[in-house]
Amino acid sequence: MTEDELARRVTLGERAAVAEALNLTEDRRPEGRARAIALLRALRAGDEGARAHRVGITGPPGVGKSTLVAALTRELRRVSRTVGVVAVDPSSIRSGGALLGDRARISPDPNDQGVFVRSLATAGELGGLARSAPLALTVLAAAYDVAILETVGVGQTETDVRHVTDTVVFVVQPGSGDALQFLKAGIMEVPDVLVVNKADQAELAARASGDLAAALATLRSAGALPYDVPIVLTSARDGTGIDALVAALGAHRAELAGPRLLARRREGAIAWGLRAFVRRHGEVGVETRGGEQNVREAIASRLDEGAVIPQIVDEV
Amino acid sequence: MRTYSGHSTPKASNALYRQNMAKGQTGLSIAFDLPTQTGYDPDHELARGEVGKVGVPVAHLGDMRDLLDGIPLDAMNTSMTINATAAWLFALYVSLAEERGIDPKKLSGTVQNDIVKEYLSRGTFIFPPAQSLRLTSDVVTYAVEHVPEWNPINICSYHLQEAGATPVQELAYAITTAICVLDTVKARLGGDARIDGVFGRISFFVNAGLRFVEETCKMRAFVDLWDELGRTRYGVSDEKLRRFRYGVQVNSLELTAAQPENNIVRIALEMLAVVLSKRARARAVQLPAWNEALGLPRPWDQQLALRTQQIMAFETDLLEVEDIFDGSHVVEAKVRELRKAAWREVEAVLSRPGGVVGAVESGYIKERLVASNAARLARIERGEQIKVGVNQFDQTEPSPLTEGGGESILTVDPRVEKEAVERLAAWRATRDAEKVHASLAALKVAAKDGANVMPASIACAKAGVTTGEWAGALREVFGEYRAPTGIGGVATAGGGAGGRDAEATELEAIRATVRELGALLGRGAKMLVGKPGLDGHSNGAEQIALKARDVGFEVVYEGIRVTPAQLVASAAQEGVHIVGLSILSGSHLELVPEIVMGLRMAGLTKVPVVVGGIIPAEDARRLLDAGVARVYTPKNFELNAIMRDLVTLVREANG
Ligand code: B12
Ligand SMILES: Nc1nc2c(ncn2[C@@H]2O[C@H](COP(=O)(O)OP(=O)(O)OP(=O)(O)O)[C@@H](O)[C@H]2O)c(=O)[nH]1
Ligand SMILES: [Mg+2]
Repeated sequence: MTEDELARRVTLGERAAVAEALNLTEDRRPEGRARAIALLRALRAGDEGARAHRVGITGPPGVGKSTLVAALTRELRRVSRTVGVVAVDPSSIRSGGALLGDRARISPDPNDQGVFVRSLATAGELGGLARSAPLALTVLAAAYDVAILETVGVGQTETDVRHVTDTVVFVVQPGSGDALQFLKAGIMEVPDVLVVNKADQAELAARASGDLAAALATLRSAGALPYDVPIVLTSARDGTGIDALVAALGAHRAELAGPRLLARRREGAIAWGLRAFVRRHGEVGVETRGGEQNVREAIASRLDEGAVIPQIVDEV
Repeated sequence: MRTYSGHSTPKASNALYRQNMAKGQTGLSIAFDLPTQTGYDPDHELARGEVGKVGVPVAHLGDMRDLLDGIPLDAMNTSMTINATAAWLFALYVSLAEERGIDPKKLSGTVQNDIVKEYLSRGTFIFPPAQSLRLTSDVVTYAVEHVPEWNPINICSYHLQEAGATPVQELAYAITTAICVLDTVKARLGGDARIDGVFGRISFFVNAGLRFVEETCKMRAFVDLWDELGRTRYGVSDEKLRRFRYGVQVNSLELTAAQPENNIVRIALEMLAVVLSKRARARAVQLPAWNEALGLPRPWDQQLALRTQQIMAFETDLLEVEDIFDGSHVVEAKVRELRKAAWREVEAVLSRPGGVVGAVESGYIKERLVASNAARLARIERGEQIKVGVNQFDQTEPSPLTEGGGESILTVDPRVEKEAVERLAAWRATRDAEKVHASLAALKVAAKDGANVMPASIACAKAGVTTGEWAGALREVFGEYRAPTGIGGVATAGGGAGGRDAEATELEAIRATVRELGALLGRGAKMLVGKPGLDGHSNGAEQIALKARDVGFEVVYEGIRVTPAQLVASAAQEGVHIVGLSILSGSHLELVPEIVMGLRMAGLTKVPVVVGGIIPAEDARRLLDAGVARVYTPKNFELNAIMRDLVTLVREANG
């Protein structure tokens, strides 16, 4: 099958095609990479995925991200939106092996053509994002209404997720001050939506959301908050608050519509390109190319010409 | 003395029970099939291949009538291994008694009704922990009031040892389960209700392994811990109510498929642990059969198990003497050590967020069991723990016992399922639909309102409701649950530590081949480990998944009870390079070919499928004919060898 044909089938949401396309995005062999680039170009040319909503779900380990993604998926299907999920789990540094268990929380109806779930291992990447995760998300965004990226981590991961999604959801659980600390210390960029999950532990959840609101207020008065970040209380376990989360996601997407969305995506693509460039060529590579600003500009102009990131990283 | 049995149909099982009683068996121990245990009727998709397999199907009151036909309920002590649907089977039993004009106060027996160990080991859970515990509590409080001779809960640490628990873990998690149940009952009765009576009705079902000295000490530690818990935590003043009452099934996990006749000796030695010490002697003992690791036992195999007990009881002088360990320093010290270590772990669990339930939901306890089991298998593979006939002394003369191949186990006629479906249809046709509807509606109301579900369940039983309908109604109210697999957080040794250099080298060598494979494939080698159907035997799948991760595979494992269609969808969406299925319940011939076909139809023509579990040789041949690449059984105890095979298979499939 040609890459154009594959791209066409992906956009039709054919599950076998989506699976094959995702395999390509992970392929490290030169011929595989070339095909992946051709595929991404074809998807980009069709401008597919522009309408999709790309959502990043991130946060510390064990706060219930996977359970929340499962609940969110069910709710989105209930309102007839199709959903693609990439769930990233860490690999063991030593063996390279990984246990990918997140499907278990979703257990989608195998006959439902409107849901697709792929697990990825970080494969030795630092931070919580697998190298191919952004590409996988691009494929899913071409095939489904909502493309969700779930990944563990705070700090750099959260920033990486921002580069490749339209809306970043940061999930915390009651009784842990982590998020608050990160926000205050400026380690973490302010997410687009804050979720306090496990709100079935009502008292603790109320306190956690109060603390978060206070932290946000401080940031706002310091002028460090570009918009009002909603705080949503959910219980992924009991399925409560999920409709409110869907609404918050919709509101953020609506707010971004038009030029702001395009600008955010372009900025994100450039930033992601820079990360990928550094990963490939090192700081030395950046220096030989005349410094970070020059690399950024080079990436931006190639993007505008219709190139895709893996290709740019190879070429620049 | 009794053997755990039931299979095929209620009528066939009834005949078996009568036979066993004629041989001197004094009680009844009913094994239900997996659909009945997980709340599905025989015509449900997930029941396929499982009806009447590992136990008897009971779908409604009519089945219960056939099952217990001619058996005097008021004179019989009946033990039912039933958990998630315990309230339902108990309701059927009580209804049958009432129908025969027997006062429920005269009924004696046990329902297992211990849901906690289902999440940790046995796998026949349906609802989330909190809701399940509420059902547990309903059965307990109903029985204490209306069926006072009945043991409404049998806390099982047996299954924990079968999932790898050490003696300390077995002690600790039995106690935490009891705490969890007692606290739930107490909360449902109102904060300051006295629960001495409930405490006194709790009995245990424990395991006894081959290290029978330590196991004897474990039993004595149980006696002490239980007494202490009653006194301190629940203020039970009557000493009699604090007595540790327990039954036993001795260990099966250590029984081998290789040279299976050796198991006869193992079983007798295991029994010593629970009979030798008078002070800590079991009330009831069940022994597995010598061919445990081959398949279901035939009546003759069960007879041997019964005779073993009879020889112990009637030919030895054991029952004539007082406790032979009283005053032994060695035993005393060991008991103290076990008690202390167990109590430390009890406190560790209680101090976790959400207490015992939290430790179940977060996978904390499950992870510990999986880790213990992994350590055990590694010891055997290294030859550190000797298994006679397996990793040592493995030369053998041809055995006359297993010559017959498939003949040495009981097989269930596949027509059983079709007949069960027909019986069910006939049953549905004759009942009063309106009554069924109304009684189910009342059940849902009780479930929502927090009323005891027992009276509503008894009304359902009498109205002709089926097992699937009863559980379906509660699924609607309570929701369904998937338990943590416990493998995510398990850190395995991974080699390298002192004295294990050979192992580390071996592991590194396999990792290198997996890395090379990744280079060939262009991405990390990815494997789906699947548990299709209702089979809850997860040990093998867990250990294979862990090992595959440790040698460098990316492993997708979704836990137990996945349908063939779901597995096919996962394999396709995840882009795996190999699929490994684990089936121990006997449904491999129904499920495996369907999955192979499904994969091929989904375009996964190159993905090899391997199968592991209790697969008789003849069936293995049929699976290979159906397109399976390899079949593994418990004889393949070397996980490293299996891993090397998997690498080869993937390499060959990808040219
Ligand atoms: C432990 C055990 C249990 C434990 C399971 C705990 C758990 N979470 O796994 C408990 C106590 C809960 C249990 C319960 C029951 N059990 Co049971 N159980 C066993 C036992 C003793 C050992 C199985 C085991 O774990 N072995 C250790 C693991 C590591 O070995 P393994 O799974 O065989 O895996 C090895 C190979 O087979 C292979 N392999 C396995 N899977 C895979 C997958 C892949 C991909 C690969 C490559 C290799 C591979 O590699 C492994 C390494 O050697 C066997 C008998 C026996 N000795 O084998 C009976 C047995 C399997 N149980 C049996 C029965 C009937 C039951 C019950 C149905 C009883 C009942 N009526 O209630 C229940 C049902 C539970 C359920 N929900 O399904 C029967 C099945 C009969 C049949 N097939 O016809 C057996 C054979 C006993 C018997 N003879 O009656 N059981
Ligand atoms: N009480 C409660 N528990 C929850 C809720 N959501 C998830 N959990 C539990 O929290 C634990 C972790 O859930 P996951 O969904 O795996 O969390 P995660 O953030 O994806 O975890 P990682 O991917 O390992 O970082 C599980 O035991 C869940 O059952 C909730 O809303 N309430
Ligand atoms: Mg997760």
